[in-house]
Amino acid sequence: MKRLRGAMLGIAGIVLLGVLWEAYKALAPANGVAINGLTVLPRTSDAAMPHLSTMLQRALDPVSSVPGSAPLWAAVLQASAFTLSVAAVGWLVGVIVGLVIATIMQRFRTAESALLPWVVLSQTVPLIALAPLVKRWGTFVHLGAFDWQDWMSVALIASYLAFFPVSIGALRGFSSPERAHLDLMRAYGVGWWRTHLRLRVPASVPYLVPALRLAAANAVIGTVVAEVSIGLSGGVGRMIIDFAQTGSSDPAKQWAPIFGAVIVGLVAAGAVVLIGLALGKYRRNEVPA
Amino acid sequence: MSANASAAPRPSTEPAVEIVGVGKVFPGRRGAGVTALEDVSLQIEAGEFVSLIGPSGCGKSTMLRLIADLDAPSSGTVNVFGKPARQARLDQDYGIAFQQAGLLPWRTVRENIELPLQLHGAGRAARRARADELIELVGLGDFGDKHPDQLSGGMQQRVAIARSLVESPRLLLMDEPFGALDEMTRERMQTELARLRAETGAAVVFVTHSIPEAVYLSDRVVVMSPRPGRIVRLLDMRLGSAQERTDALREDEHFFERVSAVREALHGDAVASVQGKEAR
Repeated sequence: MKRLRGAMLGIAGIVLLGVLWEAYKALAPANGVAINGLTVLPRTSDAAMPHLSTMLQRALDPVSSVPGSAPLWAAVLQASAFTLSVAAVGWLVGVIVGLVIATIMQRFRTAESALLPWVVLSQTVPLIALAPLVKRWGTFVHLGAFDWQDWMSVALIASYLAFFPVSIGALRGFSSPERAHLDLMRAYGVGWWRTHLRLRVPASVPYLVPALRLAAANAVIGTVVAEVSIGLSGGVGRMIIDFAQTGSSDPAKQWAPIFGAVIVGLVAAGAVVLIGLALGKYRRNEVPA
Repeated sequence: MSANASAAPRPSTEPAVEIVGVGKVFPGRRGAGVTALEDVSLQIEAGEFVSLIGPSGCGKSTMLRLIADLDAPSSGTVNVFGKPARQARLDQDYGIAFQQAGLLPWRTVRENIELPLQLHGAGRAARRARADELIELVGLGDFGDKHPDQLSGGMQQRVAIARSLVESPRLLLMDEPFGALDEMTRERMQTELARLRAETGAAVVFVTHSIPEAVYLSDRVVVMSPRPGRIVRLLDMRLGSAQERTDALREDEHFFERVSAVREALHGDAVASVQGKEAR
C-alpha cells in the first residue's frame, strides 16, 4: 500500500513537471523575459522549448533522412544500454576499490590518516582535466593480446567518481559496531579478519546502501561526461553532443538522448534499490531515510 | 567470614580463577593515570558462584574484563583454570554476557546463539542441534527464527545467556546482565540463572550493584570499594545448594540477614577499619 502510494506520487511528479513545461510555454512570452537586456526567463519558442508531443513524435520518427535508418527511440535506447553497461563496469570497479580502501583504512589507523585526505582531495580534480590523461595513459597499455580500449578509459573515470562515496560510507560502516560486539569477538578469540567478515562487514550494510546509490549516480554522470571528453561514440553522452549540433533545424531531436540519460540514471538507481532489498536482513535497525 | 571456601566442599580441581596482587591503571591525560584496581587477590573455585558488588568506579567490571582478558592487568597475574587469562580466552574456557545483550541484529535468535560455534568451526548440523537445545533451556522455544528487534529486553538477555552457555564453558562471566531489566523480569531471570547454573555446574563471576541479586545467587559475595578499587570484604552466603535457590528463598530470614551483612559491608567501606562492622 505504502509502495503503491510512493509510485503514484512519483508518477504525479512527472505529470506535474510536464504540465509546468507546457504551461510556461503557453503563458510566457516567446522571447523570454529580459530585465535590462539580461534574460532571466528562457525563451519559449519551439526551437528552445519544443512541445512534449513534438518530442514524443520525433522519438518515433527515424534518426535521420537516410533510408533505412532506425527509429530515434531505438537508437537512443541502444546508446543508453551502452552507456549503462560502461557505467556498470565503472561502478563495480569503484565499489571494489572503495571497499578495499575502506578496509585498509579501518585496519591501519595510520593508513586512515595517510589515505583519507587523498581520497577527499581526489574528488576535487575536475573530470574534464582527467579524461585526456587517462586516455593517453591507456594507449601505453599493451598486455599480450590485451589492448586498452577507449570505453575502459570512460569506465575508469566513472569508477574514479564512484569509489569515493563507497570508501567513506564503508569506513563509517566498518567502524560502527558497538564496543560490546567487539569485546564479544575478542572473547571468542577471533582474529581481525574474521571479525571483519562476521561483524564489521554486515554492520556496514546500512551505511553502504546509500553509498552504493551515490556511487551509481556518480558512475552514470562520470560515464556521460567522460564519453564526451574522451570522444567515445556509441553512448548517450556523445549522442547529446551530436544531436545538439542539429538543434536549430531539428530542435526536438536533442531531447531524446537527454531522456535516454535520465533513463540510464533511473535504471542504475533502481538496480541499487534491488541490491538494498536483497540485503534487507542487514538493514533491520535502519531508520527510514 | 574469610576468603577460604571450605564451607562448601567442592570437587578437588584447580581453581576456576586465581587473581594474585592485581592492579590496573588506565592511562589518563597528562600522564596522570586512573587507578581502577589496586593489589587485588581473589580465588574462585570451580563451580563456585561469586558476585562482585560495589559502587560505580570500584573496578568490579574491570576485574571481570581482566579475567576475560579483554584488558590486561598493569601488575599481578590472572590465571583461569591454571593458565594465563590470555590462553584461557584463546582456549574458549569461559562464556561471557554483558549488560547490553549485544546480539547481532541481522541474525535470528538461533543464528545468534550459534555464533560462537560458527566462529570456531562447528558443523552446521551440530550447531543447529546445540542451539535448539539452548533455546529450549532458556525457554525461548517458539522464538528461534525471530530477530532480536522482535524480542523484549528480557528475552534478548536470555538469548545472550544462551549464547554464553552454548560451548558448555566451565566458567561464566557476567557483567550486570540483568542491569537493564525491570524488577519483575529481573527476579525471574535470577531464578532461571540459578537453575541454569545448577544444571551446568559452571563457576560464575557475576558483576552487579544489586545487593539482593548478589545474595540470592551467590555462594560468596565480594564487596569492593572505589578509588582505588579494592576488595573490602568476602562474605559467605551459605544459602543452600543451587537447586534450593527458589523464590521462597527471597522471603527467608537468612536471606534478609545476609542482605544486611552485605549492605553493612558496603556502607562501612568509608570507615577506616571494616573489621568491626560484622553484622552479628
